[in-house]
Amino acid sequence: MSQYREIAWQGLWKNNPGLVQLLGLCPLLAVTATLTNAIGLGVATMAVLIGSNILVSLVRDYVPKEIRIPVFVMIIAALVTAVQLLVNAYAYGLYLSLGIFLPLIVTNCIIIGRAEAFASRNNPLKAAFDGLMMGMGFTLVLMVLGAVREILGQGTLFDGADQLLGSWASVLRLEVWQVNTPFLLAMLPPGAFFGVGLLIALKNVIDKKLASRKTQVTETTVQRVRVTKVN
Amino acid sequence: MAFKIASSPHINRQLQTSTVMQRVLLCAMPALVVQCAFFGWGTLIQVILAMTVAMCAEALIMQLRQRPVIHTISDNSALLTAFLLGVAIPPLAPWWLILIGTAFAIVIVKQLYGGLGQNLFNPAMAAYVLLLIAFPVQMTSWVAPITAAQHSVSFLDTLHIIFSSSQIAVADTYRLGIDGTTMATPLDTLKTDLHSGITTADSLQKLIFNGWAGKGWFWVNLTYLAGGLMMLRLKLIRWHISAGVLGALFICSAVAWAWEPLTHVSPLMQLFSGATMVGAFFIATDPVTAATSNRGRLLFGAIIGVLVYLIRSFGGYPDAFAFAVLLANISAPLIDYYIKPRTYGHLRG
Repeated sequence: MSQYREIAWQGLWKNNPGLVQLLGLCPLLAVTATLTNAIGLGVATMAVLIGSNILVSLVRDYVPKEIRIPVFVMIIAALVTAVQLLVNAYAYGLYLSLGIFLPLIVTNCIIIGRAEAFASRNNPLKAAFDGLMMGMGFTLVLMVLGAVREILGQGTLFDGADQLLGSWASVLRLEVWQVNTPFLLAMLPPGAFFGVGLLIALKNVIDKKLASRKTQVTETTVQRVRVTKVN
Repeated sequence: MAFKIASSPHINRQLQTSTVMQRVLLCAMPALVVQCAFFGWGTLIQVILAMTVAMCAEALIMQLRQRPVIHTISDNSALLTAFLLGVAIPPLAPWWLILIGTAFAIVIVKQLYGGLGQNLFNPAMAAYVLLLIAFPVQMTSWVAPITAAQHSVSFLDTLHIIFSSSQIAVADTYRLGIDGTTMATPLDTLKTDLHSGITTADSLQKLIFNGWAGKGWFWVNLTYLAGGLMMLRLKLIRWHISAGVLGALFICSAVAWAWEPLTHVSPLMQLFSGATMVGAFFIATDPVTAATSNRGRLLFGAIIGVLVYLIRSFGGYPDAFAFAVLLANISAPLIDYYIKPRTYGHLRG
C-alpha cells in the first residue's frame, strides 16, 4: 500500500508534471484562459494517460527494446484520436475552444515520459494508478491556473461550463466581481507564464517550510546525554 | 599642521547611488514642471502616486526578503523608476493603472531578479509595456495640451477623475470636459493620417501641431534635452548611449525624409516628439540594463534608435520607446560578450 501512496505523492506533489517536471507547457500556457477549458484539457489528458499507461504496461514484455518508442507513440496516437472523436461528438463547444491542443496531446511529453519511465517497468494496476495520479496532478495545476486567470481576466468562474457538462451547467457560472476593463494580460499567454512562475515559487516556498519543519523535528530528537568524560 | 599622505591611486570621492539617483531626479524636475504646465495636474498626481506605491512595494519586498529596509529604500532608485513610469502614462489615467504598473515594476521586474543591479529589464519600461498590453484603452487616451484643449481641468477635478471608483460614471459627469480634453497624441494622429493617405504637410496643419511638431510635446522634449545635457555636465551619464539613440534615429528618419518627404516624418519632428528625449537621456542610460563598454553603449543606443524609427514608421504602435528599450536590454549581454574593450598593452582580439 505504501507503494501506491508513494505513487500518489509523486504524481500530485513531489514530481508534479506541471510544476516540477515542467512537461506539457504548451497546453498549460495556451488553453488555461478559463477554468472550463482547463478542466476539459486536463481530463482529456488524464484519460489518455491512464489508457496509454495500461496498454503500455500490458505489452511491455512483448515489445522489443529497440522499437519500443514507435510502439508507444502509436498506442498514444490511437488513444488521442479516440478521445478527440469523443469530445467532438459529446462536447462540440469545448472541441472548438480547445482547437489544435486536443490532437496535440499526442505530443505531450508527460504521456510518453510516463510510458517510458513508469508503465514499461510496472504491472498494469500500478501503471493505471500512476497515470491517474500524474493526470490528476496536471489537471489540478491547469485548474488553479485557469481559475486564477479567469478571475483576474474577466471576473468570472466556470464561464462556458455548459459546453463541457451540458446545458444544466450554465448555473455554475459565477460572477466573482464586475469588471469594467478586463485585465487583458491575464488572458494572454504572457499572463500564463507569470502565473506558472508564481505557482512554482509558491510550491518551492511550501517545500522549504516543510523541510525546515522536518529538520527542526530531527534536531530535537538527536539530543544525547554525554556519558564519557572530555579531557 | 599635518598633511595626510595617502598612497596612490588618488581617487575622488565616489558618488553614492542615492546621490546619483537624486541628481538624476533633480535634472528631470524642470521637465515635470513643463509637462504639468502643458498637460495639467494629472502628471504630478501620477508621479506622486507612483512614488508612494514604489516605496511601499520596495519596503514590503525587503521585509519579505529579510534585507535592510531603510538602506535599500534610501538609494532612491525606486523613486526614479516611479518617476519615469508616472510621466509616461496618460495624466488622467485611473489610479489603479499606476498602482498595478509600479507594483509590477518594483516587485516582479526588479526585486524578483534580486533587486537593484540584478534586473534584466528596465523596470519602468517593462511596466509600461505591461500596462499598454493589458489596458490599451486607458493607456492610449492622452490629454490634449492645454493650448489646444477646449476645456482645461482644475486640480480638484483631476483628482476626482483619477480616484473615482467608476471611470465611466465620472466620464459622463465630465462629458463636456473629457471630449474636449483627451485626444490621440501627435505621433498617433500623424500615423493615422499617413495610413489614410493624408500627406505629412497636411496633417501638420491640424490643431494639435504647432506647424512642425506637437504642441507642448516640443517644449517637454526640449526640457528633457536640457536636463540630459545637465546630467552629462555633472558626469551622471556618459554621452555614448544618448548619442547612439539620437544619432541613429536622426539618420534613419533623415534618409527616409530626403527620399520621400510627403509620407515621412521630418527628422526634427522625430527627435522632438513622444518619448524621444526622456528616453534617450533618462531611460536608455540606466546603467544596470545597458551595455557596459563605451563602444557597446554606442551600439546599444543605436539599436534603440533604429528600433524606435522602425516601430514608429512601420509598426502598430505610434511610439516605441518602451519596446525598443526592452529589446535592446535583451541584447545587452550579447553586446558585452562581443565588444570588449582592449586591455592596455594587449593586442586587439
